[in-house]
Amino acid sequence: MTLTVSMTVNGKAVSRDVEPRTLLVHLLREHLGLTGTHVGCDTSQCGACVVHVDGRSVKSCTMLAAQADGASVTTIEGLAAADGTLHPMQEAFRNNHGLQCGFCTPGMVMSAVDLVRTNPDPSEHEVRTWLEGNICRCTGYHNIVKAVLEAARTMRQPAAAE
Amino acid sequence: MTTDGIGAPLRRKEDYRFLTGRGNYTDDINRPGQAYAVFVRSPIAHGRIRSVDTADAAAVPGVLTVLTGADVAADGLGGLICGWMIHSKDGSAMKAGAHPVLAQDKVRYVGDHVALVVAETQAAARDAAELVAVGYDELPAVADTAGARGASSAVHDEIADNTCYQWELGDQAATDAAFAGAAHVTTLDLVNNRLIPNAIEPRAAIGDYDRGSDSFTLYTTSQNPHVHRLVLSAFVGIAPEHKLRVVAPDVGGGFGSKIFIYAEETACLWASKRVGRPVKWTADRSESFLADAHGRDHVTRAELAIGADGRFLALRAHTTANLGAYLSTFSSCVPTYLYAPLLSGQYKIPAIHAAVDGVYTTTAPVDAYRGAGRPEATYVVERLVEVAARELKMDPAELRRRNFVQPADYPYQTPVIMTYDCGDYEASLDKALDLADYAGFAARRADAAARGKRRGIGFSAYIEACGIAPSAAVGSLGAGVGLWESGSIRFTPTGTVVVHTGSHSHGQGHETTFAQLIASHLGVEPGNVEVVHGDTAQTPFGMGTYGSRSLAVGGSALVKAADKIVAKGRKIAAHLMEAAEADIAFADGKFTVAGTDKEKSIQEIAFAAYVPHNFPGDLEPGLEETAFYDPVNFTFPAGTQICEVEVDPDTGVVEIVNFVAVDDFGVVVNPMIVEGQVHGGIAQGVGQALCENAVYDTGSGQLVTGSYMDYRMPRADDLPSFKVGLTVTPNPSNPLGVKGCGEAGAIAAPAAVMNAVTDAIGQEIQMPATAERVWRALAAAPMAAE
Repeated sequence: MTLTVSMTVNGKAVSRDVEPRTLLVHLLREHLGLTGTHVGCDTSQCGACVVHVDGRSVKSCTMLAAQADGASVTTIEGLAAADGTLHPMQEAFRNNHGLQCGFCTPGMVMSAVDLVRTNPDPSEHEVRTWLEGNICRCTGYHNIVKAVLEAARTMRQPAAAE
Repeated sequence: MTTDGIGAPLRRKEDYRFLTGRGNYTDDINRPGQAYAVFVRSPIAHGRIRSVDTADAAAVPGVLTVLTGADVAADGLGGLICGWMIHSKDGSAMKAGAHPVLAQDKVRYVGDHVALVVAETQAAARDAAELVAVGYDELPAVADTAGARGASSAVHDEIADNTCYQWELGDQAATDAAFAGAAHVTTLDLVNNRLIPNAIEPRAAIGDYDRGSDSFTLYTTSQNPHVHRLVLSAFVGIAPEHKLRVVAPDVGGGFGSKIFIYAEETACLWASKRVGRPVKWTADRSESFLADAHGRDHVTRAELAIGADGRFLALRAHTTANLGAYLSTFSSCVPTYLYAPLLSGQYKIPAIHAAVDGVYTTTAPVDAYRGAGRPEATYVVERLVEVAARELKMDPAELRRRNFVQPADYPYQTPVIMTYDCGDYEASLDKALDLADYAGFAARRADAAARGKRRGIGFSAYIEACGIAPSAAVGSLGAGVGLWESGSIRFTPTGTVVVHTGSHSHGQGHETTFAQLIASHLGVEPGNVEVVHGDTAQTPFGMGTYGSRSLAVGGSALVKAADKIVAKGRKIAAHLMEAAEADIAFADGKFTVAGTDKEKSIQEIAFAAYVPHNFPGDLEPGLEETAFYDPVNFTFPAGTQICEVEVDPDTGVVEIVNFVAVDDFGVVVNPMIVEGQVHGGIAQGVGQALCENAVYDTGSGQLVTGSYMDYRMPRADDLPSFKVGLTVTPNPSNPLGVKGCGEAGAIAAPAAVMNAVTDAIGQEIQMPATAERVWRALAAAPMAAE
């Protein structure tokens, strides 16, 4: 038995027939070939799979594809501008060495973008608390926190965010 | 001339692909016709396999095959090996129990590999794996490190006392004599807690057999693809080495756990030929917890003998090291030659003796994890020194200072193998004291006490031996491999550069650092240098990345290759500019003729080498050189960390309020990347000290901490921002003057944190100092009110 799920992913309408047990992350990775979203655990702890569903950060391993039917999904592949210019959060991660092996990075960036959406001027403590659901084994979080704070500053300036 | 060469905090070349979801990790790769593998794992710690019934599993729609230990035996597949021979103190060889790819007669830990299901989809393979019926006659678990030698049950039937080796290093008689005459002896019983590496990318593999060429390709999460190929060919017998290609694409962190050759990737290759399809396996995190090689797990009694003048006289340690159920690829050397030779620390200690019992238990194999033996040694030395200072009522910085090896002492021969070649330990200590505002600590402690909190401060003046390693030296100690590295530099006709390295980057940023290195040496822009690694079909044979060796050994190989490029370029330039070769100088990417204004850029020389219309008659065309570099010594990064904590006695929660690290890594190529390595290492060390702990139930042998729900990883809100600084003594033992930075944080931090915690609570406590343990300790023995 399969279900037909339809949604918008990174601005494009998509429709796929999937098994009911298919998770959103598996729809993205295996059916749509969007391998930027990663799977790092099986208990919804690590946050490597965070994407945006209707603008809010969601662990895509914790949501059935069927639950995202009709939604607008943005993955790490859809964050940069069409010409390849990095989103201010991506740029800040690059500028502050906020990534090493890169595996947690897509989830970390997508989560951080949602933080700044909900709290445009977070303190270091607020950044650390928000990112509690994203595990990084490489950076010790030091440069990730720096990056998020720098990106928040950039994103508060409307001209620079264009 | 580039300004982005050695010393520049150049932004990383690899970041764009990682930040835009365009990385290429093993699980992102899919091969045409690919099938999926799922392992049937032992649910019990120890037992004899009575029966394996695969009929129901094989009947599941989509299942291609179900393979068991009987198939491994029938195909004559070799076992997994340990590449370092250790001899016991009585001269006997270590006892290595057989390590089959799939279990034969017994299972020896929860997660041991019993069978392999290959199916059209992962879901079908998973469903079928549930239906493989295995009958076991259960045997007692052996899960306790300290009790393994006396356990009633033998993990390997032929090794009755569960002892792989009883090894020693150092002069026991001289050490005992020094203890007999000591004014003071400090004694500690220390547990170095077991850790699970937890790279965020789980291990994965695709075995891909091509019948047309009768050759295999393995895509896998490896830190050392050539070593994988060598072992899989020479020992497991998958294929002759030239018929096996190993590709380690983007790898999402390793920390040691992806050095080793495991059953899973081996089985995928083997199964691929049997089913005639590519076979892919990707670990669940649960499998990573069960079956990745774990780290640490030492139980140690350690003693330090001190004279009346506060000088160290001798150190001795007796360690029981848990090796797990089987010897993993390099496990035997970790608690021996990577551990005891570091027990001299930064100090002059005239006599040292270490005895290590390596034991088998019914737990996952234990092998190298970030630091590998050196964190355990640093924990012994730096906990002893800190506690000794407390017992002697001396300032812990002063006690260290009094015993440091001094700059005038180099080369300094320790009593335990190592010859330290350079360093300035007081310089790092002084800078750390300044960054930590040590002078202001007493006031901060008083302020905390007034708020009902306990403040503590702790030091860790670590040294490590890395840049492993001189091949002849490690060979004499039992290593089955040489630990040199390779590199090649290939100019294109248009003057850009492709660099191949036998090192492997899985987060360390080689694509940037090595490009900077080549840019500095050859006067090209880093943007015109592409670094290729991780594919046995592309790079010269290399030993890979671990032991903080990539720059010191792999980078040195590239410097040698660059020297060869310049030497050949000089001949070409002399010919083109009609000058004597001796008159040609090379600097900033230009060959010049002394005393003239004639010059040729290295790009012009490269073009001439590939379009050799006007070329020296005795010279081969082309501009491409390969070099192999075997180091002459280990490198000895060293420094001081200072940790300050505040403990809430009502809850036991330990908060790190300040963390300082000052390191001497020799010459630094990219300070941004180096600082990042330090940050990550500290976080892993803090994790060990405060929260991470792999726990096996001693009765059942079950892994109690089998997920992120139970195994406490450090999160962003557990850690502070760190204060890091550098001192520099250029390393005289390699052409770059570098030492290596990848492990220092993890090596030093556990001792710094635990010295701070025990200072705060006024009593000894074992790692991890969780809130519960601290609260219980304070409840049992409350401190006197200050």
